[in-house]
Amino acid sequence: MSRSSNTLLNKNLQKSPTGIQGFDEITCGGLPTGRPTLICGGAGCGKTLFGMEFLVRGATQFNEPGVFVSFEETNEELTQNVASLGFDLDQLIRQKKIALDHVHIERSEIEETGEYDLEGLFIRLGYAIDSIGAKRVVLDTIESLFAGLPNQLILRAELRRLFRWLKVKGVTAIITGERGEATLTRQGLEEYVSDCVIMLDHRVTEQTSTRRLRVVKYRGSIHGTNEYPFLIDENGFSILPVTSLGLKHSISNERISSGIIALDKMLEGKGYYRGSTILISGTAGVGKTSISAHFAEAACKRGERVLYFCFEESPNQLMRNMLSIGIDLKPWVEKGLLQFQATRPTFYGLEMHLSATHKAVNGFKPHIVIMDPINTFIIGEKEIEVKIMLMRIVDYLKSNQITALFTSLTSGENSFEQTDVGISSLIDTWLLLRDIELSGERNRGMYVLKSRGMAHSNQIREFILTDHGVELQEVYIGANGVLTGSARIAQEANESAEMLTRKQDIERIKRDIDRKRKSLEAQIIALQTNFESEESEAIKMIETEQDSIKRLEQDKIEMAESRKADDDSPAI
Amino acid sequence: MKEMKEKSKSRTDAATPDTFDNDKWVLRLYVAGQSPKALTAFANLKKICDEQLEGKYSIEVIDLLINPQLGSEYQILALPTLVRKLPVPVRKIIGDLSNTERVLVGLDLLQTN
Repeated sequence: MSRSSNTLLNKNLQKSPTGIQGFDEITCGGLPTGRPTLICGGAGCGKTLFGMEFLVRGATQFNEPGVFVSFEETNEELTQNVASLGFDLDQLIRQKKIALDHVHIERSEIEETGEYDLEGLFIRLGYAIDSIGAKRVVLDTIESLFAGLPNQLILRAELRRLFRWLKVKGVTAIITGERGEATLTRQGLEEYVSDCVIMLDHRVTEQTSTRRLRVVKYRGSIHGTNEYPFLIDENGFSILPVTSLGLKHSISNERISSGIIALDKMLEGKGYYRGSTILISGTAGVGKTSISAHFAEAACKRGERVLYFCFEESPNQLMRNMLSIGIDLKPWVEKGLLQFQATRPTFYGLEMHLSATHKAVNGFKPHIVIMDPINTFIIGEKEIEVKIMLMRIVDYLKSNQITALFTSLTSGENSFEQTDVGISSLIDTWLLLRDIELSGERNRGMYVLKSRGMAHSNQIREFILTDHGVELQEVYIGANGVLTGSARIAQEANESAEMLTRKQDIERIKRDIDRKRKSLEAQIIALQTNFESEESEAIKMIETEQDSIKRLEQDKIEMAESRKADDDSPAI
Repeated sequence: MKEMKEKSKSRTDAATPDTFDNDKWVLRLYVAGQSPKALTAFANLKKICDEQLEGKYSIEVIDLLINPQLGSEYQILALPTLVRKLPVPVRKIIGDLSNTERVLVGLDLLQTN
């Protein structure tokens, strides 16, 4: 098929939405309208349920009545089976939205005696379709006919006619088929139904089962080609095509505190970005959970909701342990701001975890999600699958503006800058906790390995767990490397002793100068007094001198008067 | 063809099978319209019954094109289908009944012979 005709078909191809969560996204709208679709898969992988949900949702959500022709289960069994998923078939049948027809064929009751055809099936189907005006038909599992009817030649010819007839009828049909050894279906139904083929798979790896769905082919339409995990739970099918979300989430400039002041300081003094993904990785017992708990507490204090997934500890144990470093989480749980979800990772498959996460997040609508720790998932799972799952979780949380904090346990031998899960590229802020072994001690160090979009500190801080929470201390860079613990304390003592001596020196010098100044001042005062006394003596002498001069002159005048001397005679 | 319709009408006669003794044969032939296969089947059935069960059988012809809702009672898929309602157990024979031997096997008539 050439490319141009392909796109042309795509334009014209009408699709019937299935209403099944996620499926319509993978197939860009649903199943091809008026064409048969083959659903194949092994036993117990959900073929019947897929068909049934297609009909029920069609009848209830899209006003398209449907006929379910069952070749295996009786109507009563079918009704009972799907009732557990919340579908009330009886009511839908009463409302003439769904018709059930159980077609049963018993090989031992049948004797073949010449030419025949399957017109009876056509008539029954046609009757059922016409009786409720059905737009959708499910044939489950038509391959049973092969067991009941001995003449395969007739059967195959008739099946071919049936599928053509369904197309002519214009109903959107689902035909289910058991998976074969080398072929998609045991009887090669894909030969006849080739417009759209969907494969369901139920795999058990390392004791955990995973269901997966793949669109093998879809004529005339683009579709997702991956294997999509899906779940069957009380709400029916749900397929998780979250990887198709793309990188389009809106981002926030808001900063939120990590709950540790010193750590906030390392992150430009403001903390994490809201909606970012934070990873705390480190070896065992370095305090990953403590940092998480701080973050949770800080968020609760702001009045935000926190969803805490713990995969290793029970909530009570975690709360008790956190109490020992002065973080009391219990009040927040009681207030409903903090919710714990504790499950063992091995409890169910990754997809179930993914879905459980989705459900919990959808239900609780948290601002912050903490998963502690993520790499326990690796037990029994392939790394790549875990990565994909986490990518989905991260995508999902980001698109909902939820801040996510993951912790990851790294084993000692591994390179520190590589998490076991290999999700570093998904992470916005990555805090690395490491233990520093020095002089017979094991101490904790922390630094910011990366933090997108901020000028974060490049310093290693010593990380101390106290009874009032986590404290970050400056570490000393000595000749032997980073000094922590008692080495740091010794260094601190040294330094403070040095400081003290220096301080004392300065004070001594100050005192000396003071004393010098004082003696100088005393001298100045003494000189001044000397000078003053000399000065006053001098003034006295001058005064006496002037007095005596005056007296002499007076005497002269008096004498001259007494001698009647000339006025112009010089005095004396 | 008239014969078929007559028999079709006589369906109500055979509606109370319990009153028949064990030797009474109640047969039902399901067809879709008057296709060549249907006509052949009816002719073959009539012939076999006349030969083997003279006087103690009744044939009811059901045209699913006219009464499609009747198809599910005996799980009719293939057409034509002959259903032996009595004597029990119910037996089903599909095809145009051209293979007489197989029809006799299907109706359990070979042993009685």
